[in-house]
Amino acid sequence: MSSPKPETPRPSDVYFFATCVVDQFFPGAGMDAITLLEREGIRVHFPEEQTCCGQPAYTSGFPDQARKVATLQLTLFPNDWPVVVPSGSCAGMMKHHYPTLFAADPVRKAQAEALSVRIYEFTDFLVNVLNFKPEDSGSDCTVVLHTSCSARREMGVHLTGRKLLGDLGKVTVAQQDHESECCGFGGTFSVKQPEISGAMVEDKVKALKATGAERVVSADCGCLMNILGHAAWKDKQEGRATPSLPGEHIATFLLRRTAQ
Amino acid sequence: MSARDRILAKLKANAPSTAGELPNVADWYATHRSVESQADKAKRFRHFIELAHAEVYSVSRGGWLQKLWEVLDAKQLGKLLVAPGTAHGERAQRELAALGIDCPSYGQAIESWKSAMFNETPAGFTAARAAIAETGTLILWPDADEPRLMSLVPPVHIVLLDAAHIYNTFYEAMQTEGWANGLPTNSLLISGPSKTADIQQTLAYGAHGPKELVVLMIEDNLQ
Amino acid sequence: MNAPQTPHALHFMPSEGFRARSKAVVENPFLRQSFRGAMDFLMSKRAAQFPDAEELESLRTLGERIRQYNLAKLPDLLVQLETNLTRNGIQVHWAETPDEANAIILGICQKHSAKLMVKGKSMVSEEIELNHAAEAAGIGALESDMGEYIVQLAHEKPSHIIMPAIHKTKQEIAQLFADNVPGVDYTDNVDALIQIGRNVLRQKFLEADIGLSGVNFAVAETGTLCLVENEGNGRMCTTAPPVHIAITGIEKIVEKLEHVPPLLSLLTRSATGQNISTYFNMISSPRKPGEKDGPGEVHLVLLDNGRSQAYADEQLRKTLQCIRCGACMNHCPVYTRIGGHAYGTTYPGPIGKIISPHMLGLEATATMATASSLCGACGEVCPVKIPIPELLMRLREESFSEPHANPAMRGQGAGYSRLMTSIWRGWAAVYRSPALYGAVTWLGSRFGWLMPSKQGAWTSVRVPLKPAPKRLRDMLRERG
Repeated sequence: MSSPKPETPRPSDVYFFATCVVDQFFPGAGMDAITLLEREGIRVHFPEEQTCCGQPAYTSGFPDQARKVATLQLTLFPNDWPVVVPSGSCAGMMKHHYPTLFAADPVRKAQAEALSVRIYEFTDFLVNVLNFKPEDSGSDCTVVLHTSCSARREMGVHLTGRKLLGDLGKVTVAQQDHESECCGFGGTFSVKQPEISGAMVEDKVKALKATGAERVVSADCGCLMNILGHAAWKDKQEGRATPSLPGEHIATFLLRRTAQ
Repeated sequence: MSARDRILAKLKANAPSTAGELPNVADWYATHRSVESQADKAKRFRHFIELAHAEVYSVSRGGWLQKLWEVLDAKQLGKLLVAPGTAHGERAQRELAALGIDCPSYGQAIESWKSAMFNETPAGFTAARAAIAETGTLILWPDADEPRLMSLVPPVHIVLLDAAHIYNTFYEAMQTEGWANGLPTNSLLISGPSKTADIQQTLAYGAHGPKELVVLMIEDNLQ
Repeated sequence: MNAPQTPHALHFMPSEGFRARSKAVVENPFLRQSFRGAMDFLMSKRAAQFPDAEELESLRTLGERIRQYNLAKLPDLLVQLETNLTRNGIQVHWAETPDEANAIILGICQKHSAKLMVKGKSMVSEEIELNHAAEAAGIGALESDMGEYIVQLAHEKPSHIIMPAIHKTKQEIAQLFADNVPGVDYTDNVDALIQIGRNVLRQKFLEADIGLSGVNFAVAETGTLCLVENEGNGRMCTTAPPVHIAITGIEKIVEKLEHVPPLLSLLTRSATGQNISTYFNMISSPRKPGEKDGPGEVHLVLLDNGRSQAYADEQLRKTLQCIRCGACMNHCPVYTRIGGHAYGTTYPGPIGKIISPHMLGLEATATMATASSLCGACGEVCPVKIPIPELLMRLREESFSEPHANPAMRGQGAGYSRLMTSIWRGWAAVYRSPALYGAVTWLGSRFGWLMPSKQGAWTSVRVPLKPAPKRLRDMLRERG
């Protein structure tokens, strides 16, 4: 859908929009993504004023509140550098929904549109802009990749994560049942409809575990929070001391596999 | 104000100012569907309707009656509803009678013999007006000679099709024949015997319409 | 046997009970497995019909364009349709509400002293609860689509718009037939079960005074009603009885006959993964002089029931593009978990969530829009590209916003809560201010260990959320 052309020039600088989930819950994933970008010779700028893309309010039916929060982010990326986002869902919000969110405000709409074309989901940026070719320095292992619905359907980048893992020589990527199905997170959906969300994450974790993969990798920390949260809960229920389904952000996995 | 006027008023008050250009259906078919020879269309038609569980027999213009008789014989059908107002129906009635097949005709309005139609008519024989290759579909335009229930109520429906009249697509059929200028009381696309998958997604034939659909396809001199 | 005498359950159940109903299904492993299997089957059938992604995409674009074009001209097309149907001898009736539609249909039945109406599959007739109204008026209303017949025998309602009895196993159906059809022994052989239904219903087609059907497409330029089906019961209902009554929502119109082939192709391929249905039945008039069968009278009832409300709003109007294929429910992870009955509305699944509020008001359907993770699977497969996730977000907004004058929808503000609004305002106040955000998240990272171990619904199946001891911004500062 929105993948940039391969001829997108390699930038010297990028902005990093961490997302509130990474900032607060998965800071290591953010650090690893930044480290990877820097290792590729890119200067990474992290505007300190950044908070959240506004998606939680937007998808919950509170666009006015989302707009207030989004307005702040609109002002944070003055230079014409790409904005790399380690989450398909937040990237989708900024790329596809900001222009709609500001439809009634011509000035901000123009800003939103100008920002929209600079938004890149992290794996998309690695593959299609940096032409990142990881050199696998790890040992044989099998992982399973979960791609978020936004990355898949809104950003159209479900193949880039797969490509990055596929380029790692000693990593086998297992194929889970119902791969394209939602993990059941859906922001406030997980607490507004806990029974359905719970059933979805239960099925997702079962499918991931059934592959026998040693860990799950994803480019979206929202999904990871849900999937790993359920897997850990299940472990606790069943008295397991070691996690039956560990997992991490794809940036963390890539960095570890390619440590020089 | 009537319900009609209230509904229309509400819609009119809120209708967009323009509908834009007429959707270009012709262009889609021109770019996505190719022109095929009659022989290829016959092959595709046969492939798809057989997938839908119809029986198809290739026949000649002179020889279809023999095949019709063989089909009836194989299915042990001694009775066939025909349309003597049509050339094929007249021929079937004339020649099959000699072979011991009872060939009643749809002579009167259904009201006078509805029960016999439902309970005592094991098979019906009609022609198809044309067919569609890409979906394996027969086109029937029932009329006074070959009424609507002939192709629906009898458990076996046997159809005579001239393979020279197979279109590639439904769109091509309606455009070529100018259907938009006028349609009959009832026009039908039939793509196999009646079926259902309503019980546990298990396919079963013969739900309410014919359990068996037999196509006698005249394939003389196909280009 | 006769048409069932016991009153049916009414279709509509208020959405307050939605959570309890969905909980009951997700806690039933057998139902979970059975819905999953059925949806997997339908998804794979559809996928097999669309091997060429470019063709699918261009056909969906054409389908969307056709639907939007025809909706834009809707008031004119309704008048054109009425003119041409009337010229063809088909009588046209208009109903704003389900009650009006029922009154029209029952009025026609009573004029003919009808005792038995056989029904082809029609979701609009479910929408107006016609069977209920017919029974109250002493007219037997018998469903003849096999799936509909089964759910009617069980005094239930369809749980899927295309596969009405998808929630039932063949063993349940076998028992149902053995218990309800005289002279029938228990068999769970599907062919045998279908033959039982066939034999019962053939007699009814023969006896019926009225045949009722829905409409898939109404063609304005020719005055033609088009019906899609596999079983032949639709043809029976529209051909065998002396009177045929068709009912449709006002949105199902196309101007041109040539609009039909692309929509038909999208419909059957998306719905059941068939390249075409067994029958495509195009009806343009009652029996003409000299013709020997077909109904002497044909009626069309055009129903609004909230559609004009959706029509009035540019975004909500897209809801009316729907051609009722059911692909959105087949691909919906929520529908797959809970099945159709939990929704409590005639139309379940994603399309049900976006159309029902216009029919029933947001008061009665407010929680439905929240029952989506917005995963987008529905929008991705919709053959006419209805942006279902966007519409769900819009409905959430309509429901949760403070009631105001001139709302776009009946029941706007039904889900408004001062507390929830304050929470989101508070959230926005924090997240729009770098200083407040910094302070709040700093506290979170320092005192994350104080987070409660029970975090409402989240921890019912997950471990509690705990902020990391250092935020990304702290780690970056430390790194320098």
